[in-house]
Amino acid sequence: MSDQLVMSSVARQARSHAWWNAVNAWLLLLPAAVLLLAFTHYPILATIRHSFFITRRNGTEAFVCLDSYHSMAADPIFWRALANNFWFALGTIPTSIALALLMAIWVNRNMRGRGFLRLAYFTPTVLPMIAVANIWLFFYTPDYGLLDQLRGLFGFGGWNWLGDPSTVMGCLIVMVIWKEAGFFMIFYLAALQQLSPDLEEAAAVEGASRWYTFRRITFPLLMPTTLFVAINAVINSFKLVDHLVIMTKGGPNNASTLLLYYIYEVAFTFQDSAYAATLTVVLLVLLSTVALIKFGYLDRRIHYQ
Amino acid sequence: MILVRRTMLAATALAVLLLGARPAAAVDLTMYYPVAVGGPVTKIIDDMVSRFEKENADIKVTAVYAGNYTDTMTKAMTAMKGGQPPQLSVLLSTDVFTLMDENAIVPMDGLVTDKSWFKEFYPAFMANGQIDGKTWSIPFQRSTIVLYWNKDAFKEAALDPEKAPATWDEMAKMAKKLVKKDASGNTTRWGVEIPTTGYAYWMLQALAIENGQKLMNEPGNEVYLTAPKTVGALDYWVDLSRKHNVMPTGTIDWATLRTDFLEGKTAMMWHTTGNLTAVKDAAKFNFGVAMLPAKERRGSPTGGGNFYIFKSASPEQQKAAVKFIQWMTAPERAAEWSMKTGYVAVSPAAYQTPAMEAYAKGFPAATVARDQLEHAVPELSVHENGRIYKFVGDAVQAAVTGAQKPQEALAAAQQQADRVLRAYK
Repeated sequence: MSDQLVMSSVARQARSHAWWNAVNAWLLLLPAAVLLLAFTHYPILATIRHSFFITRRNGTEAFVCLDSYHSMAADPIFWRALANNFWFALGTIPTSIALALLMAIWVNRNMRGRGFLRLAYFTPTVLPMIAVANIWLFFYTPDYGLLDQLRGLFGFGGWNWLGDPSTVMGCLIVMVIWKEAGFFMIFYLAALQQLSPDLEEAAAVEGASRWYTFRRITFPLLMPTTLFVAINAVINSFKLVDHLVIMTKGGPNNASTLLLYYIYEVAFTFQDSAYAATLTVVLLVLLSTVALIKFGYLDRRIHYQ
Repeated sequence: MILVRRTMLAATALAVLLLGARPAAAVDLTMYYPVAVGGPVTKIIDDMVSRFEKENADIKVTAVYAGNYTDTMTKAMTAMKGGQPPQLSVLLSTDVFTLMDENAIVPMDGLVTDKSWFKEFYPAFMANGQIDGKTWSIPFQRSTIVLYWNKDAFKEAALDPEKAPATWDEMAKMAKKLVKKDASGNTTRWGVEIPTTGYAYWMLQALAIENGQKLMNEPGNEVYLTAPKTVGALDYWVDLSRKHNVMPTGTIDWATLRTDFLEGKTAMMWHTTGNLTAVKDAAKFNFGVAMLPAKERRGSPTGGGNFYIFKSASPEQQKAAVKFIQWMTAPERAAEWSMKTGYVAVSPAAYQTPAMEAYAKGFPAATVARDQLEHAVPELSVHENGRIYKFVGDAVQAAVTGAQKPQEALAAAQQQADRVLRAYK
């Protein structure tokens, strides 16, 4: 009898303890959850809803179902922006990741001036976006820009880098690689310093070449970092807008228009928030797909220590 | 006793504070304004604003520099939709349809007692802002496109340094002589440059006017981009670079063109008169300013910014805004503004002020843009202006970069413009 009483009181105590724990947990999560709901989930839902409406000039809304999506499919500038974004991502992501890895391995060794070199590689990242755009604007200025001054030494004439549709995208890609690689290097450097030196020593004892060691040991162990960096690179390649405002305004003839810049233009220059919402949904779908691939597929195939 | 005295003291202090604070708390105005030319424009504005405040202690004006014209319009519209609009702004005179469509602005007619004020300005500048018998805006930093030429370069090319080209053919011919190449055949100086970014529609409109073609109708719901003479205008523009080789290929940047001219990279440039003082202050060579050359006729669109008053401002604020605008556009200030920037002073009276008369005597270039008003046409202004400007700008860029023939590029722009303007018929 008394045993039973003790038991049930313990159970009750445990139960109330668990209940209290749950409340506590939810309370702790609450601030973050509220912020997420207010500034991420609600805007996403509102945007999706807004994409099925148009805003009339007098401020009233009208339901148009998929009309905005139809006109988007017929909008040549949208397709141009999407294609540009694809080439931009393809141009920047692999190169900046490879370069970041190379730089990290380089500055991870024991050598003179290592700190200075690390700082130098990282500098582009700490510069404000607008400053970066202005620096590169000077590089690319026809005739008296830095690039053309260098070309001039070899007897070449000026080239209108940002004013020519065949070169403008390449110019942006080079600039972004320059800016991103240093940032990604930091992650690789941190990851390299986490690796146990035992593995490398063991490989050396076994007589493995340096390339073999890198290919079979270092690189696979860096995979979580590579994944993280790659996701960031993809997101960044869809986030570029500041540089375009300063350097090209998406021109000439939309040759450098990227999706987010087009959204900005539609929303704020043309004051067409409904169509901007439609375009934003496309961006949302693209980025969610990337996230799904990461969580659903890549994460399971990567070895985490 | 002490308590009573303390309370009294506090009350007195409070009363003094309130009375003292009164004039400053009267009317606050926020104004957005753009800068589209070189020179210390923000400093000039700040100086004028502080002088206005000194004369009108009951009005406080916060002047906010908001980027170029497009950026300023963006900022004003975004602020309005966010519920914090400015009370007045300097925006493109051509933004009037958009601002009316958005229900953002209030006409000036009901705000002034003496409507003869409207008659003080050049009619060419008022044309853009007067719709359906109402006056929606007041001209401020107004301009026409003018041709700047480097007299030293003309002399070097054995051309008469005092004579600017008067026709399209003459300009192409002179430009050919002005092109300079180095030993390896690279061009070090171009004959002429016409900017193709920023305000490409404006330049195309100038060429179209000269070719005898207008670009839009009065209700602002039609554009004429595929008219043979519009196409002819773009053909000539593209030929300058691709046939005559006197202009660089690819786009020419609005913002850096002034530097190109000052560096001697081009012997002539088409640009707003608003740049005149900045060029005058920085040029290390003799230069001249002329009206744009003619094809069928002379011509340039007017351009530049007007004052607008926002509907959401309180009646007191609207009254104060009118007072400010009247002060800023009064003949002496209009003359001062014109001398400090190069913009056309907005009223004939400004040119009759002693200061302006003396200035124009010593620097005749200062009146060229005004004289050109006689040939001027209102700037391209239609509903959905932002979109239409982009379509036209894209077409111009497609043509000058060689991606499309002028005819095709303009046809594409016309098609897109028709689609957007259909809603306003």
